[in-house]
Amino acid sequence: MHPVRKKRLFVISAIVLILGAAVTLVMYALQQNINLFYSPTQIVMGEAPRNATIRAGGMVVNGSVKRHSETLAVVFETTDFQHTITIEYRGILPDLFREGQGIVAQGQLNDDGVFIATEVLAKHDEKYMPPEVSEAVKNAQSAMGETKVNSQSTY
Amino acid sequence: MNWMWFHKLGSPKWFFFRTKAWALPLFSLGCVGLIVGLIWGLAFAPADYQQGNSFRIIYMHVPVAILAQSCYFALGVAGFVFLVWQMKIAPIFIKAMAPVGAIMALIALVSGAIWGKPTWGTWWVWDARLTSVLVLFFLYMGIIALQKALDDPVLANKAVAVISVVGLINLPIIKYSVVLLETLHQGPTFTLTKKPEMPPEMWLPLLVCMIGMCFFVAGLVIWRMQSEILQREHRTSWVREEVMKNGL
Repeated sequence: MHPVRKKRLFVISAIVLILGAAVTLVMYALQQNINLFYSPTQIVMGEAPRNATIRAGGMVVNGSVKRHSETLAVVFETTDFQHTITIEYRGILPDLFREGQGIVAQGQLNDDGVFIATEVLAKHDEKYMPPEVSEAVKNAQSAMGETKVNSQSTY
Repeated sequence: MNWMWFHKLGSPKWFFFRTKAWALPLFSLGCVGLIVGLIWGLAFAPADYQQGNSFRIIYMHVPVAILAQSCYFALGVAGFVFLVWQMKIAPIFIKAMAPVGAIMALIALVSGAIWGKPTWGTWWVWDARLTSVLVLFFLYMGIIALQKALDDPVLANKAVAVISVVGLINLPIIKYSVVLLETLHQGPTFTLTKKPEMPPEMWLPLLVCMIGMCFFVAGLVIWRMQSEILQREHRTSWVREEVMKNGL
């Protein structure tokens, strides 16, 4: 082959390959991402497949976390403020896991509608503040009675 | 409007002499900004109420992540300028910029992973934000590889310009991934329309790091462009004179 054409062929295939790889990765991310997690509503409505590995997102319901006294097993509920699902997990939870925190769990939905997680990740929000400020905000909130601050944006 | 500066900018010789004195001051200013911002952020800014001290990695992560994207935007613009006006300086800029951008994208990915482990509980997840930044890194690497693979400089300039322009598609994906899609990565803290979700004692050092990083990169890229100009124009009389006068 003529060296110039050979080079041209190489260039074009390189561009095509790189673009292909880039687009494939993006598609891969999007495809998995449209369901990076299912919301509790989607799961309750039966939109999530049973007995297949999926991710479930939601906010941990206050007062719902029950730890087994001898093992690492933990049961908690997550909500999107419309529906609630129960998640069972056995393992080490991330440091940011706490009640009222957004989480993303990977696992399978069993036939009883309980989500058996193999991995629990904490999702944190875009808000940053020093601990003193957070304390002050909390005090102000409790002074004003129960408020629904952070309800949507934190998960 | 006088477009003279625009045409002059296309001349490597003009650019070389115009920016000769800029690189060192920009670079030094950048280093000072980075050192001040990082010490301020790492040692004096308050810890976060949820993440504690691990949030401090923001002072490294956010400046490199933002600049990796803006530098790619500049790369795309330069590619476009080259394809339309055939400006000689544009491919020089792309060649000088690409490795710097690649390293910033890499630092953003690595610092993000280090940040993700203590906060999310994982180094990596295939969510849209993380994956699109990985693609940005691959685009930079592709540009560098293509530049090196082609011996014919005319062809190399053109090919690299094309890929820079095409890669621009990725930038809106990165930016809006956390807004439009459900991701593990949180949404933007800083937006044009709302007050930042962070008190000034936290964002001021971040701003210093950010500005420092800009100057640092600008100085570095001008330096790299100047040596690239000298290499590309080594047959011309002005380069010979310059080398005779100042040494290498």
